[in-house]
Amino acid sequence: MAQVSSIADEKTSTHVSPSKSVLLRISRYNPEHDDSSKFMEFNVPYEKWTTVLEAILEVKKHYDHSVAVRYSCRQATCGSCGMKINGKPKLACFTKISELDSDVVTVEPMNNFPVIRDLAVKFERLFDTHQKVKPYLIRDDTELESDEKEFPQSPAELEQYIQFANCIKCGLCNSACPTMATDSSFVGPQALAQAYRYVADSRDKGKDSRLKIIDESHGIWRCHFAGSCSQVCPKGVDPAMGIQFLRGYLLGFRS
Amino acid sequence: MRESTIMKIHYGTALAAVALVAVHILMRLTQGFADSLEYESVLANYKLIPYAIMLELILILLSVHGFNGLRVILLELRQGRTYEKAVSYGCLAAMIGLIAYGSNTIIRTNMGIV
Repeated sequence: MAQVSSIADEKTSTHVSPSKSVLLRISRYNPEHDDSSKFMEFNVPYEKWTTVLEAILEVKKHYDHSVAVRYSCRQATCGSCGMKINGKPKLACFTKISELDSDVVTVEPMNNFPVIRDLAVKFERLFDTHQKVKPYLIRDDTELESDEKEFPQSPAELEQYIQFANCIKCGLCNSACPTMATDSSFVGPQALAQAYRYVADSRDKGKDSRLKIIDESHGIWRCHFAGSCSQVCPKGVDPAMGIQFLRGYLLGFRS
Repeated sequence: MRESTIMKIHYGTALAAVALVAVHILMRLTQGFADSLEYESVLANYKLIPYAIMLELILILLSVHGFNGLRVILLELRQGRTYEKAVSYGCLAAMIGLIAYGSNTIIRTNMGIV
């Protein structure tokens, strides 16, 4: 474990209050060279509004530029900066250090994802399962060919699925899921929530084919309803509820 | 068989088993728990055809539910085509074996062979 506490000469981009600093512990791991992960520690100044991502970028800028982290929008829209922050899956750009109520902030790569390096993880499995549930409207006609030009939908019909359309594919739900940890073939809460998003869409005609996809030995029935997926979602999506609704379709309680 | 059909059977057998096991326990309590477990009392239960049928049903329900539960747990522990086939067919064979063994006991006792 290495500790780096001296700051480089370059000035920070924000006004820094000398009374506030946090010990940022960053998990370092390169699968090509390292047998196991180790933590590097940095004393990072912060303000009330400083996010964990900004603290990590401060470390990259002033202490160690080799820290690997994936990020893009910095406003909880792109879903790139998911990681474990003090043990819980969160978006680094959406988590303020001041709200963590701790002098130590530990950042690690998300669980249930293979590590590329440090905090960056591979998303192939998430994108594969997402693609598997056909995340698009299935119907024979198209808006371009239809006489009405568009497929009308009432507010009540929109309400059936709109929260599930907020998914940003950050992978936090899959990271928190206990079944994902043991079952490498499990389709996962993200894909199941997206399956429900399209099954519940009144414009979609692909319910039967989509239900068939998730109705297999590593599909929807392997969910234990721990509910951790819904707890960690930064966009307020409730995958656990979507999974229960999908089970309702498969058990014949919903049509 | 589709997984949803298997799980419908799984939930159905659980509910039915709870109901029948409750009847089974109530019968023990109405007879006096210790007395009902005496050798002669147990044999008498087996020889009563409605009760023997209920025991047979409990055996089938619990075997189906239990071995499917075991299959699900084992499928979550490891993955792989060969492993999963071995688990599924292994659990099915064990379930059939247990039902056959238990049925043999119930039928033979009912007929007075034991």
